[in-house]
Amino acid sequence: MTDSLQDPVTAVVASLAQVAVVVLVAPLLVGLMRQVRARMEGRVGAGVWQPWRDLRKLFRRQPVTPVGTTWAFRAAPLLLVATALVVAATIPLLTTHTVLDRVADLFAVVGLLTLGTVVLALAALNTGTAFGGMGASREVTVLALVEPTILVAVFALSARVGSTNLGQLVDAALHDPLRVVSPASLLAAAALLVVTVAETGRLPVDNPATHLELTMLHEAMVLEYSGVDLGLVELAASMRLTLLLGLVASLFTPWGIATSLAGLPLALVAFTAKVAVLAAALAAAEVLLAKLRLFRVPELLAGSFVLALLAATTSFFLA
Amino acid sequence: MIDHVQVLHLAAGVFLLTAVGVLWRRQLPAKIRLLVVQGLALAAMVGIIGVQRGDLALVLVAAGLAVLRAGVMPAVLRRALVPGAQERRETRPVVDVAASLLAAALLTLLAYALTRPLVALDPTPITAVLPVAVAVVLIGFFVLTTRRRALSQVVGFLLLDNGITATAFLATGGIPLVVEVGVSFDVLLIVLVLQMLTLRLRATVGTTDINELRELRD
Repeated sequence: MTDSLQDPVTAVVASLAQVAVVVLVAPLLVGLMRQVRARMEGRVGAGVWQPWRDLRKLFRRQPVTPVGTTWAFRAAPLLLVATALVVAATIPLLTTHTVLDRVADLFAVVGLLTLGTVVLALAALNTGTAFGGMGASREVTVLALVEPTILVAVFALSARVGSTNLGQLVDAALHDPLRVVSPASLLAAAALLVVTVAETGRLPVDNPATHLELTMLHEAMVLEYSGVDLGLVELAASMRLTLLLGLVASLFTPWGIATSLAGLPLALVAFTAKVAVLAAALAAAEVLLAKLRLFRVPELLAGSFVLALLAATTSFFLA
Repeated sequence: MIDHVQVLHLAAGVFLLTAVGVLWRRQLPAKIRLLVVQGLALAAMVGIIGVQRGDLALVLVAAGLAVLRAGVMPAVLRRALVPGAQERRETRPVVDVAASLLAAALLTLLAYALTRPLVALDPTPITAVLPVAVAVVLIGFFVLTTRRRALSQVVGFLLLDNGITATAFLATGGIPLVVEVGVSFDVLLIVLVLQMLTLRLRATVGTTDINELRELRD
């Protein structure tokens, strides 16, 4: 059987396809979100290809490093992109049998995403500027509240499958589609969406369009980056958004995920459509939302933690 | 096909979620909207039990609950909403929102622990939902004790009552129609009296913040 995705060669092909799709689609997704937002605000918008044009411009420019920064500052964008690429090869987006599926379960994926954030926070501290430190401290505050929520929310799903392996979770959902409408998975979906918004620095937690010092979270950390480095950081940020949205889509609407090599093109279309719909919905919601005060953010995240905890308890007791 | 049990569990999930939502939101109109959704979820739960047992009386009770809990009582509460942005918000609850959400999580776990022996007596998919109802009772108590606006407290009272009703139906599998009608009208009267009281409070003291009632006035 060469058609089965259990086969190592096809698994490699599927994983490479996932990485390529995530890299290509991620900037387009950010472009789509900006475009939806612009249209809803009555502006023409720059088109969905604008982030790619920006990246092309940035990749041609030489990076400038501030005086006094060390290798931690230079290595951060590369590490950030590297963690995002590994996660892209690991989590079930197009297929449930990726190459790294057996070794990388939920903890590894959350750990990799956290590693990226921590590396960027360290780089921001490395610059020694006030904004870098402020942005890093805020980002780590949000991170500390976000990680437990992701873990507890996915526990709610894994309690019934009996595994924390993401591939098996999606497999179980594929075979039992009605699982998706159970209260546990609805609560977990709500919690994961809030967490995705917080983790990727979108409204109402952070405003990705602002450069006003007092309100920045993510932007404050990357202020000192320029040229190729800035391009890498932006690419990684959009990839993380795509990965988290893709993970939510795969866990809760697993339809169309490939079980054989022939299914890959369909899975590609399904993945792109699902992520685009989620992103457009997020962008539409952002138009209607104002940014929360920083002191109110823990409230929102505590809420999503409670949702995740309720999801976990109901999945244990209503099972 | 989605079977009864799944719909029941879904309704139970919404029931619990709206109770947590009342703790989460500060705006009083938003709390009343959550109460409408909770009333519908309660009616759905009772209706499903009725359909599953083929009990027409229970289905009628469910319809009555939907009208009363999702229609009449929220309408009464809306009439007690006094104008003014300051008066429509729960500005400073005794326990802040983040802490009360965590408290709600603990109360839910407590409810699961408390109802375990009860569920063990007759483990069916219906009694499995019992912890959710008890959790809503506890969260209702929590809202009653930690919120300052008079209207928030009425909302807390209604949460408590919704929880008690749900507990009654889930634990016993249907209480007589007469009892349920009696209890419902009792609650309606209480809410009407509390609405009057809130409006009088506003007229004499100038605010609906319960803490303002500590001092004696002329």
